[in-house]
Amino acid sequence: MATEGLKVALIGNPNSGKSSLFNALTGMNQKVGNFPGITVDRKVGVFSAGKRKVHLVDLPGTYSLEPRSLDERVAAEAITLTKHPEHPNLTLIVVDATHLKLGLYLALQVIETGMPSILVLNMMDQLAASKITINIPAIASELGIPVLATNARKPEGIAALRDAIAHHDLARPTAKWAATITANQGSLERHTVIRDILAKTTAGTEPTKRTVTQRLDDILTHRIWGLVIFFALLVVVFQSIFSWASYPMEWIEMGFSSGAELWHRILPPSFLTSLWIEGIWAGLGGVVIFIPQIAFLFLFIALMEDTGYMARVSFITDKALRKFGLQGRSVVPLMGAVACAVPAILATRTISNWKERLLTILVLPFMTCSARLPVYVLLIALVIPQGHFLGIVGYQGMAMLGMYMLGTVTALGAAWVVSKFIANDGPNHFIMEMPVYRAPRWSNIAIDIARKVTMFVTHAGKIIVVISVFLWLGASFGPSERFEKIDRDYATLAAAPQADTVALARLKSADQLENSYIGILGHAIEPAIAPLGYDWKIGIALITSFAAREVFVGTMATIYAVGDSEDVTTIRQKMQARTKPNSTAPLYDLPFGLSLLVFYAFAMQCVSTIAVVKSETGTWKWPILQLFGMTGLAFVSAWVVYRVAQFFVG
Amino acid sequence: MTVKDLKIGQEAQIFAFSDKALGHHLVEMGVVPGETITIERIAPMGDPIAIRVSNLLLCIRKQEASAILVQLPSPAH
Repeated sequence: MATEGLKVALIGNPNSGKSSLFNALTGMNQKVGNFPGITVDRKVGVFSAGKRKVHLVDLPGTYSLEPRSLDERVAAEAITLTKHPEHPNLTLIVVDATHLKLGLYLALQVIETGMPSILVLNMMDQLAASKITINIPAIASELGIPVLATNARKPEGIAALRDAIAHHDLARPTAKWAATITANQGSLERHTVIRDILAKTTAGTEPTKRTVTQRLDDILTHRIWGLVIFFALLVVVFQSIFSWASYPMEWIEMGFSSGAELWHRILPPSFLTSLWIEGIWAGLGGVVIFIPQIAFLFLFIALMEDTGYMARVSFITDKALRKFGLQGRSVVPLMGAVACAVPAILATRTISNWKERLLTILVLPFMTCSARLPVYVLLIALVIPQGHFLGIVGYQGMAMLGMYMLGTVTALGAAWVVSKFIANDGPNHFIMEMPVYRAPRWSNIAIDIARKVTMFVTHAGKIIVVISVFLWLGASFGPSERFEKIDRDYATLAAAPQADTVALARLKSADQLENSYIGILGHAIEPAIAPLGYDWKIGIALITSFAAREVFVGTMATIYAVGDSEDVTTIRQKMQARTKPNSTAPLYDLPFGLSLLVFYAFAMQCVSTIAVVKSETGTWKWPILQLFGMTGLAFVSAWVVYRVAQFFVG
Repeated sequence: MTVKDLKIGQEAQIFAFSDKALGHHLVEMGVVPGETITIERIAPMGDPIAIRVSNLLLCIRKQEASAILVQLPSPAH
């Protein structure tokens, strides 16, 4: 039986149930990725229709073949440009049966291009609930193409659709109305044609009583209740990423530790073994550990999008965010970033406006993420006095709150500044459909989450592992003469009677770190960071924190030979005991603390963030800009804070 | 009179757009001269607004609403 390959595309309005239809046709036979050169989701799948092997691409939702955003341009060009790599042999035009007038506009345009098509009237169950009837054969005759009815959710009508795809003659349709469409008034003329068609093929009127959607909106967009419910939801989203995700994250951590022990047991000690266990395996662990947070964030976002609530989020927040060059949809990623920037950056995919998406991606690392917390906790306990302001509010608590506010204010301020420099995507009209509320489609959501997680692991994951390995190499190895000397010295000390081997091992690690390549680099940059109040030990920690901010605490633990990197109290005590040369004043004083706090608030110290920004923007340009811009800001701000604090304290 | 001047629930008929590019975009979304338009609700902070044309609910900013010219239905005879 000869099989014929066929390229089919799905086109239709957003909210028309296109993705349900895609999932119903392709099942799990889907691939994820981007359209070449740009970061627009490209969903491709395969299925069989009769003797035809169909390659199905789900084009981004659009209302017209005259595009107004990057997303819409991809869809339009796939249809109109014959040389486009996604140009199909056959197009399935998906229309929401309850929004026929809206959907037919795009359908007419597609047919006018001469593209062989099938009109799929989706959501027929919703239509049955209203009092409107559609004469399907009549519409088919008016449009000149086959018309089928489906309910992609159940699913129903899919077998008939597959059949129609199997037997379609791929003849180019003639648009009977084409003569009436002029270049100037095309859009109005098309609506006249649509009005005609609807008059001939539909009957019945809309019910007039208040719908469920209207009643829900009365509450959800209420001046007070709407905002309250919205903030409550943001808190839930934050909680899920911040605390609920920590359970699976702990299991993953345990899993990777046990795995490391296993590797240690079965592999002979050697450089390659260490490279595998402490470099690559640990790096992989660092990637996999993000999966719970990504899954949770996407679960909530998918729920909000699928039910139609996300449009209400934009509706409620648009005015406030517009002042900063952002729009409504930025708020959920920004909130997610308070837990972790990595899933939040992935979540910006839902923002279809490219300028707004880019802006959100660029500024959200300023939001105070959970990795900064261990650093803040250590530094605040180290330098901020324990008293209470007016006997009520603790200084340390205020300092922590202040850091959170600093992050938020900087993110919004940066958005305002950067938005002046990025060109607009197209005319800046904010016209958004507010769809009818619908129950979520759990299987779609599950497929969506799986897809996002896979994309993260395969794209960003590779970058994270590579950089982690380099950092591990730099911190574990150094010039051989130095390391050999350390080995000899400590062997001698350990051989002595009554030697405390545990303490000696820690001191040895500290020495090894100081003499490693990163240690040498830390010494080398000391002159540059001294004006900020830092010594070479902090220098080493700054370099290792480039992997992830919380590494700061672990590095300080190693440097001060504290056995347990969770033992913040001991680390702090050792740091408090350090004095300035020829003085009894503490080396790590208030100006130092404030300066380092500000540095960590602003600097880009997260390999994973850099990796996802690269994979989401498709280029190294933006993550490098972020790295230098944010770290430059951190440097200057920390210096200013140090000088000012010294002036007031010193 | 423009859509911006309407009260919530007040019906009016679209007759033109004062911004050509915006008008084109709106027409493609089904906001067509001759159709009836109403403001269904206003966002908690006063902007944007949700307008209903046929059975479609669209969110637009007040600034864009001011470009949609309407006339009130004449009183029934």
